[in-house]
Amino acid sequence: MLAAILVMSGIAVAIGLALGWSAIRFKVEGNPLAEKIDAILPQTQCGQCGFLGCRPYAEAIAKGEADINLCPPGGEEGVKKLADLLGVEPKPLDETHGAPKPKSVAFIDEQTCIGCTLCIQACPVDAISGAAKQMHTIIAAECTGCELCLPPCPVDCITMVPIAEDLPHWKWKHPVVMLKQVSGDWNA
Amino acid sequence: MCHCDGLPVLETYILIIISTVFVNNIVMAKILGLCPFMGVSKKLEAAIGMGLATAFVLTLASGASYLVNEYLLGPELFYLRTLSFIVVIAGIVQFTEMFIHKSSPVLYQVLGIYLPLITTNCAVLGIPLLNAQEQHDFVESLFFGAGGALGFTMVLILFAGIRERMETCDVPSPFKGTSIAMITAGLMSLAFMGFSGLVK
Repeated sequence: MLAAILVMSGIAVAIGLALGWSAIRFKVEGNPLAEKIDAILPQTQCGQCGFLGCRPYAEAIAKGEADINLCPPGGEEGVKKLADLLGVEPKPLDETHGAPKPKSVAFIDEQTCIGCTLCIQACPVDAISGAAKQMHTIIAAECTGCELCLPPCPVDCITMVPIAEDLPHWKWKHPVVMLKQVSGDWNA
Repeated sequence: MCHCDGLPVLETYILIIISTVFVNNIVMAKILGLCPFMGVSKKLEAAIGMGLATAFVLTLASGASYLVNEYLLGPELFYLRTLSFIVVIAGIVQFTEMFIHKSSPVLYQVLGIYLPLITTNCAVLGIPLLNAQEQHDFVESLFFGAGGALGFTMVLILFAGIRERMETCDVPSPFKGTSIAMITAGLMSLAFMGFSGLVK
């Protein structure tokens, strides 16, 4: 009985030590902070922050090379979440990188579209379907509203349509609670 | 299984391999490891990944459990075999996951969820237990494990290939999905019975 307990605990301790050692020895250099920051960023891949996409911006923030207030699609709320995560003071959004706009998706006026495929090449999330000399269209569910397809369009047939607040898109508002003036004796 | 005393050493090992891959195939003849066999055989790529990961773990596990059985448990503590083998296998799977994550991130991505799932593969526990039962020595245990793993991988890949082809077949609706897969597995098992008697 004692031998059995000793053997089993011996195996458990040996394996535990071996796994602990290999966890240090084979540690994978990842950056969990960048993952967390990337999860907060809106994933529009719009590049308004000056980086190629959300992931490079997240890595730059994690390294301390970029400020937290460069993301217009994330808005003030995004800056606040980043500040909470990183334990720094929230800052106002840097307006030089663009102003926050209502969430919208691109819309292609199919009468005007000449099928040049330029917007397809510009789209960072492959949300435009179409082929050369064929009419293009936006896959609205995939569109992040990054507006990168607007400048390349030679006939200006793409417009941004704000997402209407209908049932699928409705979200809880931030609670606004009126605070009552509390007066009187706290100990009563 | 190995009553091949008197044979040259190399032939013993070749016989073990042939026996475990074809005659006593872990899935088809011993009906072990059915959960990954049915679960991870829908796609050929996943089957190959699962087979390779299992092969790696199974070979390591049979060697390690031989050492545990021989030098730690011995004849007095034989009743701890199952328990200690499970602990050893779980440890090896963890170690393998860390090692692959470090050494080959691509392979790690390919194997993905299948790596930790190996812990629950009963073939991986069955082969060390069979090793102990048959009183194989260390090298024989390794060959038995590698052969069993090879047999498992082969059958898994074959079955995945069949299932991929069956996707396009006109299966009567009551038999669609898992039921036709079960029937196919049974037919495969029957086919593998043809090998029986080739090696004892």
